[in-house]
Amino acid sequence: MIYSENHTYKSSKTRFFCRLTRCGLLIFFTGLWLPAFAISELKQFEDQNKQALYLKLTRELRCLVCQNQNLADSNAELAKDLRQRAYNMVDEGYQYDQIVKFMVDRYGDFVIYRPPLKPITLILWIAPFFLAICLILILVFRRRTAIPDLDDPASKENLQKAKSLIENSRTLP
Amino acid sequence: MNLRSQKALIPFALFILIAGFLAIGLTLKPGEVPSPFIGKPAPDFNLPQLTLADNAENNNSGNISLNIISNTDLDGQVWLLNVWASWCVACQEEHPLLNQLSADNIVAIIGLNYKDEQRDAWNWLNKFGNPYSKVAVDKQGETGIEYGVYGVPETFVIDKKGVIQLKHIGPLTSKDIEQKIIPLVQKLNGVTG
Repeated sequence: MIYSENHTYKSSKTRFFCRLTRCGLLIFFTGLWLPAFAISELKQFEDQNKQALYLKLTRELRCLVCQNQNLADSNAELAKDLRQRAYNMVDEGYQYDQIVKFMVDRYGDFVIYRPPLKPITLILWIAPFFLAICLILILVFRRRTAIPDLDDPASKENLQKAKSLIENSRTLP
Repeated sequence: MNLRSQKALIPFALFILIAGFLAIGLTLKPGEVPSPFIGKPAPDFNLPQLTLADNAENNNSGNISLNIISNTDLDGQVWLLNVWASWCVACQEEHPLLNQLSADNIVAIIGLNYKDEQRDAWNWLNKFGNPYSKVAVDKQGETGIEYGVYGVPETFVIDKKGVIQLKHIGPLTSKDIEQKIIPLVQKLNGVTG
């Protein structure tokens, strides 16, 4: 309470720098995930399209040994082998769909981070929306109960009581 | 008052719900990825057999094809393909069970020596015993990719027509062998009971 009151007395300049610092911190912390992509890839293509396809594949295919890393992030032996395989296939002119199919045929849907919509994966796709709707419903419900209805005689009575308490406290020694 | 006591139950209900999900989660094995191989033909391989380096040199002058093993060599019989390596610690865990399975003459076991040094593999078999009728050498792990290998040891059960019937990831336990492998092999061999 006291803090927020002081806050309003700050000059607009101070407030500006305060906000700037906050923005900076926000960008810094949200940027912390960026080094995850930083494992240097020595493999280079002459062809820009092939390079882009290769990088897309290594980001979207899962390293099965480490499971929570993609091929680009992982230094596991298997990830290296699969990167090499992806590199060779891109080099030989295979397209995105063909390479993904090659991987899925061998390692299952689990190897791709974006699971296809199938009966077995339905819950994965629906659950986030379901939870979001639940959350919104809860928030709406909570707000309704939190705001007192001033037309209600009971709240008017309470308001009167509160006012008289404040008055009385001022007269105390 | 009544509403308030009902509300007090919400955290408890949430706790039960989350605990329930976690309890289910504990029994799942995230390492066991559903295999897309079941019911599909075993991928082809033509690989050199494991030999000591000295022997391999001697054989270079002779007939090299003698030292090649292919999955089609096994057509007409039920066999296991066991992926292993000398650097794989979990392989030592299941190895006595494979030795026993081999000694009981229940099924032919073919080893796939995955990304290993031949000499290390040879020494490893001398030390822990050799349950394999033949060992194929997959030095670069290329055949491993064809079989979707990602966690050594892995074991495939392949039927007489060369179709994969089971893929087991990780070390086999005696329970796996008694309750999964042996009954399946007997079924595929047409033996009942």
